[in-house]
Amino acid sequence: MTHRIVIVDYGAGNLYSIERALDFIGVQAEVVSTPEKIAGAERIILPGVGAFKNGMRGLSERGLVGPLQEYVRSGRPLLGICLGMQLLMSESEEFGRYDGLNMVKGKVVRLDPALPGKERFKVPHVGWSRVIRRESSCAEMPDGWTEGVLKSLPNGFFAYFAHSFVVVPEDGSACIAQTKYGGATFCSCLQQNNLYGCQFHPERSGIEGLEIYRDFVRRN
Amino acid sequence: MCKNIRIIPRLDIKGENLVKGIHLEGLRVLGKPEDFAYEYCAGGADELLYIDIVASLYGRNNLIDIVRRTAANIFIPLTVGGGIRSVDDIRMMLRAGADKVAINTAVVKRPEFISEAANAFGSQCIVLSIEAKRTGDGTYEAYTDNGRERTGLDIFKWALRGAELGAGEILITSIDNEGTGKGFDIDLIRKMSAIVDIPVISCGGAGKMGDFEDAVVSGSADAISAASVFHYHLVKTQSVPQKFNLKSNLDHLAKSLSSDGASFGAIETFSVKGLKSYLVGKGLPIRPVMSAHILIEPNAENIL
Repeated sequence: MTHRIVIVDYGAGNLYSIERALDFIGVQAEVVSTPEKIAGAERIILPGVGAFKNGMRGLSERGLVGPLQEYVRSGRPLLGICLGMQLLMSESEEFGRYDGLNMVKGKVVRLDPALPGKERFKVPHVGWSRVIRRESSCAEMPDGWTEGVLKSLPNGFFAYFAHSFVVVPEDGSACIAQTKYGGATFCSCLQQNNLYGCQFHPERSGIEGLEIYRDFVRRN
Repeated sequence: MCKNIRIIPRLDIKGENLVKGIHLEGLRVLGKPEDFAYEYCAGGADELLYIDIVASLYGRNNLIDIVRRTAANIFIPLTVGGGIRSVDDIRMMLRAGADKVAINTAVVKRPEFISEAANAFGSQCIVLSIEAKRTGDGTYEAYTDNGRERTGLDIFKWALRGAELGAGEILITSIDNEGTGKGFDIDLIRKMSAIVDIPVISCGGAGKMGDFEDAVVSGSADAISAASVFHYHLVKTQSVPQKFNLKSNLDHLAKSLSSDGASFGAIETFSVKGLKSYLVGKGLPIRPVMSAHILIEPNAENIL
């Protein structure tokens, strides 16, 4: 393994569990927070928890917005986790309206799981839920699941979620897997060209989650 | 549908040891927390909860080292509590491998610490820990320091305030039922689950599998935490290293009665996997234990 894998540290939460997950599968990753390190990377993992606004501010303050956009334009792979995936979108409606990295057209909106009836679905959505394949509209075409970071996982595997917001890409085919929570069905795995995203936390989703990192660091 | 109840083994830690008592008192050493944690993770636990009962964040054999050793080999969420007083303390815990922190005393003293912590790390990282004790008039008062210190706070008002300030989850421990095996305090769980919009983790009193079912069906619990039922199972089946004279500890616990007659003898023991099979059999929404969740050993062939 010769790819230079970096985890971007922009002050938004917990990247150490990702570092440990990579370590466990035998991959050395570098935690970076400078434009130069982004420019020189061959694989980028963009982690993140917390508020969208703070995440974008963390990236801007470190001068990382331009370098990340430039990196993605060059065609190299980037994997966003949780807030890290949400930041890839054009904009967010989290406590106001905020611009994102605008790499994937679409919005970040509040998760609304309310269902008529007795059972309550609380937000944040915290816990294990199934990740379900979104069938391709064109049956003979390989879909994102077969091609992407989920390819070694069974349809409907369980992953660990902790979030209050979800992504809605304009191009529905960018959503390769969905998850149901109460009355909501949301995009839990995103792929568009060299961009990958998980709303769940692969590093906290047991052995299946580790497979996602394994695939991401291997892919060409 | 689509809401899976989380089963969360709780590990109370003193020094470098996993301990257990009744009503959070009369502690006995059971073994190394990281050994138990590994077994729970492999056995299908949805998360783990570490509580340092002496809050020895900076002491010798401190919690940080235990968390670091634990987190190297488990890939499910780990919540750590006990003695967390500052944003720097939280950062240090996360760096060591925790995903969330549970805070009680420090936020009772200074509630705005909840907001500071949530702003810095996100609400999903901040668990408000509340120790509840029944008062004479049917209400519940919040306590700190493992049920030793009164706060004068009504737990429901305090929980609402905490949620408003940015806590992402509530951990509610019934001091009255803790360690007794007489079942969860269903009234407490039901009221707490109904009153706040954030997930509630219920803890204290599990003695048999049916207690978990009650907590979900009657109490509407979002997540359930338990200690004795799982720990004693691992000890009895010798699934964890036997470095201590556990038999004498268990004998002691079996004989010991607390002042109100609560006894360790009331507690059945079972694995997380056994419990989950039982709950699935009852038609409850549970993440099943899959063989794929058996952990691979680090440095095995599957490394790149």
